[in-house]
Amino acid sequence: MDETSGHRHLLGLEGVSAEDIQLLLDSAQKMKEVSSRDVKKVPTLRGKTVINLFLENSTRTRISFEIAAKRLSADSINLSGSGSSLSKGETLSDTARNLAAMSPDAIVVRHQAAGAARLLADIVDCPIINAGDGGHEHPTQALLDLLTIYEHKPEIEGLTVTIVGDILHSRVARSNVYGLLTLGAKVRLCGPPTLLPDEFRALGCELFYDVAEAVRDVDVVMMLRIQRERQGGNYFPSLNEYAHYFCLTQEILAEAAPDVIILHPGPMNRGIEISSGVADGPYSVMMNQVANGVAMRMAVLYQLIVPGAGGIRGSSLEVRQVEAVSGSSDSVEKEAAG
Amino acid sequence: MSERVRQTEPILIRGGHLIDPDVGINEPRDLLLDGGIVKAVDKPGAIPATDADLIDASGQIVSPGFIDMHVHLREPGYEYKETVATGSMSAVVGGVTSLGCMANTDPVNDNAAVTQYIIEKSRLAGLANVYPIGAVSIGLEGKQMSEFGEMYEAGVVAVSDDGMPIMDSGLMRRALEYARMFGIAVIAHEEDLCLCGGGVMNEGLTSVRLGLRGIPSVGETAMVARDIELARYTQGRLHVAHLSAAESVEMVRRAKADGVQVTAEAAPHHFTLDDTAVEGYNTNAKMYPPLRTPRDVEAVRAGLADGTIDTIATDHAPHHRDEKGVSFDRAAKGIVGLETMLPLSLELVRKGELTMQRMVEAMTIAPAKNLGLDRGTLKSGAPADVVIFDPDYRWTLDAAALASKSNNTPFDGWDLQGKVSRTIVGGRSVWEDRR
Repeated sequence: MDETSGHRHLLGLEGVSAEDIQLLLDSAQKMKEVSSRDVKKVPTLRGKTVINLFLENSTRTRISFEIAAKRLSADSINLSGSGSSLSKGETLSDTARNLAAMSPDAIVVRHQAAGAARLLADIVDCPIINAGDGGHEHPTQALLDLLTIYEHKPEIEGLTVTIVGDILHSRVARSNVYGLLTLGAKVRLCGPPTLLPDEFRALGCELFYDVAEAVRDVDVVMMLRIQRERQGGNYFPSLNEYAHYFCLTQEILAEAAPDVIILHPGPMNRGIEISSGVADGPYSVMMNQVANGVAMRMAVLYQLIVPGAGGIRGSSLEVRQVEAVSGSSDSVEKEAAG
Repeated sequence: MSERVRQTEPILIRGGHLIDPDVGINEPRDLLLDGGIVKAVDKPGAIPATDADLIDASGQIVSPGFIDMHVHLREPGYEYKETVATGSMSAVVGGVTSLGCMANTDPVNDNAAVTQYIIEKSRLAGLANVYPIGAVSIGLEGKQMSEFGEMYEAGVVAVSDDGMPIMDSGLMRRALEYARMFGIAVIAHEEDLCLCGGGVMNEGLTSVRLGLRGIPSVGETAMVARDIELARYTQGRLHVAHLSAAESVEMVRRAKADGVQVTAEAAPHHFTLDDTAVEGYNTNAKMYPPLRTPRDVEAVRAGLADGTIDTIATDHAPHHRDEKGVSFDRAAKGIVGLETMLPLSLELVRKGELTMQRMVEAMTIAPAKNLGLDRGTLKSGAPADVVIFDPDYRWTLDAAALASKSNNTPFDGWDLQGKVSRTIVGGRSVWEDRR
C-alpha cells in the first residue's frame, strides 16, 4: 500500500506493514459473511465507480473483482485490451488519463508490464489496485492466500510455507514472499535453478531444488502454475522432465506436516505441477482461495475507496474495524457515509 | 569545419590554471589562440595582450576542449529526438568541442552519402567538430560489411554497429582485420544478445524484486573476452564502448598489459549510479548496457583511475519524453549525457578517486588518440579547441533547461558541482555561460 499523489493505492505487498495486512485480513473475514447471505449485496459502495482495466488475459481475477464490486453495490466497468482504444495505439498512460477524467473511485489494473500499476498511480488521480503487473506483484492474490492460510491455521507467524514452481516469473510468488515474511512465516522456495534466482535468499527465503526436501514438515505448500511457453525458453528441457522433478504428488506430500494445506492460484496444470490426487484431495484448499478472493477484493475496495474507512496511509493503516459490514445494510451505509 | 572561413580575433586567456595532459602542463599558464590554432602557452603575464580579446580565467581551469567519442546525434531520421545542430549545442554547453557520432541513424550511416550529410549539417551548425562513425555492417544488420574505405574517405574516424552488438564472430574478426587498412578502430557494443535478449535492466536483486527481465553481466563480459581474443589474433584495433562490468575492466587491464591493441571507455552514468536507480521503474535509468552493482561501479572507477579505461564518453542518447513515459520494459534505452559529463566526472576527482589531470586526459587526448584526431592537446599549432571551467561552481540540473532537444536524464534535480564557463572551437568562442 502506498500513497502517491494523495491517494491510497495497493500496488504491491513489499513494504506493507503487518498491521495493514492484518486489517485487510480482518476486514475480508467480515466481508465473507456478505457472500453467505441470501441477498449477496450491501450498499457500502453505492454510487461508487470501479473500472477494471484488464489489459492482459484474466478470467478469475477479473470476475472476482467484478463480483466484489457488485456485492458492495459499486458500479463496475470492464475494459480489456482488445476492443479498447489501446488496440488503436493509445498508450497506457493516455488511456488511464482518459479513464481518470471520468472520475472513477478506483481503477483495478492488470497489465503484462511490471510497474504498470505504479505508472498509473503516478499519473492518475484516483486509487489504483494492482491486479497483477508482469512479473512484479499480484497483491490481492497473496492477500487471499494469506486469508486462506489464516483460516486454516491458528496464526501465520511461525508457519513454514513452501512455494514451488516458476519463481522467476511469478508475481504471485513475490507478493506472497513479502506478505508471509512480514507476518512472520518462514518461506521456502523450490524450483529448478533456472527459475529460482539466488537473489531471493537476500529477501529472506530458503531455496530448494528438491521438492521432497522443500516440503518436509512444512505447514503450507503453494504450487505455482508452470507456463507451457517456458518450455521454449530452455528453462527446463520438457514439461515431462519438469513434472518428474517438481510435480506435487501424494507420495511427496507425505513428507509435509500432517495438517498441511495445499494452495494453487490457478489455473492448474494437472499432472504437471500438481497431481489430481493432491489437487482433489483433502489437503487442497483451492476452492476456499476462490471464495476468499471475492471477500478479500471487497475488503481492498472498501478500504481504498471509502474515505472514512481508516485508509491506508503510507505504511501504517489506521485500524478501523468494519464490523458494520456484518450488521444490517442500513448500518453499513451509515458507517460508509461517516 | 576547416573549409569554413571565419575571421577570428586572437584570444588571450589569462589567469587560469592550465591542464594539458598531452604536453604535461598542470600549472598556471596563459594561452594565446590565433588563426584557429594555439599560438602560445606561457607563464602568467608573459604574453602581451596586444589586440587580442581578453578572457579572464582566474580561479578556473583551462584545458583542451573535451572530446566525446560516443554520441548519438539522431540525424538523419530521428530529428524529433535530436539534430546535429541541437546535439552540437548540447556538446559545447558541456565543454565538448569534438564528438564522434554513432551510425544508428535512419538511414544508417553505412555509406559516404550519409557521412557527408552529417558533416555538412555540422558545418552549418558551426559549433562542435563532428566526426561520424560508420557502421560496421550494412543497415547494422550484422551480416554484410559496409564500405569502410568509402566512408573513411568521406570522413568517418572509426566503425561501429553501436546499439546492435555484432553477434557474428566471423564478421567481427573480418572487421578488425579490414579496418587495419585504414588504421581505424572497431568500436564494440559488448552484449551477447543470446544472454541479454529480452532483458531490460541489470540482473540482480533489484530486477528480481521489480519483476523485470534481467541482463546478466556475463552477457557483456563474454563478448569482451571474445573481442579481446579477436583483437589479439587479428592485431586489429578494438575499442570497447561503455564498459560496465567489473570483469570487463579486469580483462581489458590484462589485454593492455599483453600488448593487445584495445582501448576502452566508460560513461559517467556507469561510474555514478548503480542498478538501484531503476527503483520505482525509473525509465531514465534504463540504458544498454544497464546500470550494474556497486561493485561494478567501483571497478569502473578503479579502471578509469589506472588508465585501463582510458576514455570517458557519454553515450549521449536523446529520446523523446513519449518514448520514456511508458512502462519500463517498453521504454527507449539511453540517456542524454553531454551536459553532465564534466560535473559527474569531477565528482570522482573530489572523492579522490581520480586526479584532475587523469580526468582531463580521459576527456581529451585519450579519445583523440582513439579516433586518430589531431586534437585534445594545446601544443603549439594544435587546433584552438579550448574549454574553461570552474570545477567548484555549484548548480542544480534542470532537465527541462538542457540545450539538448531531449531531457531524458536520471540526474534531473541533482546538485552538481563544476560547470563550463566558456567553450572555444577553432579559436572561436561558441558558448559562454552568462550567469
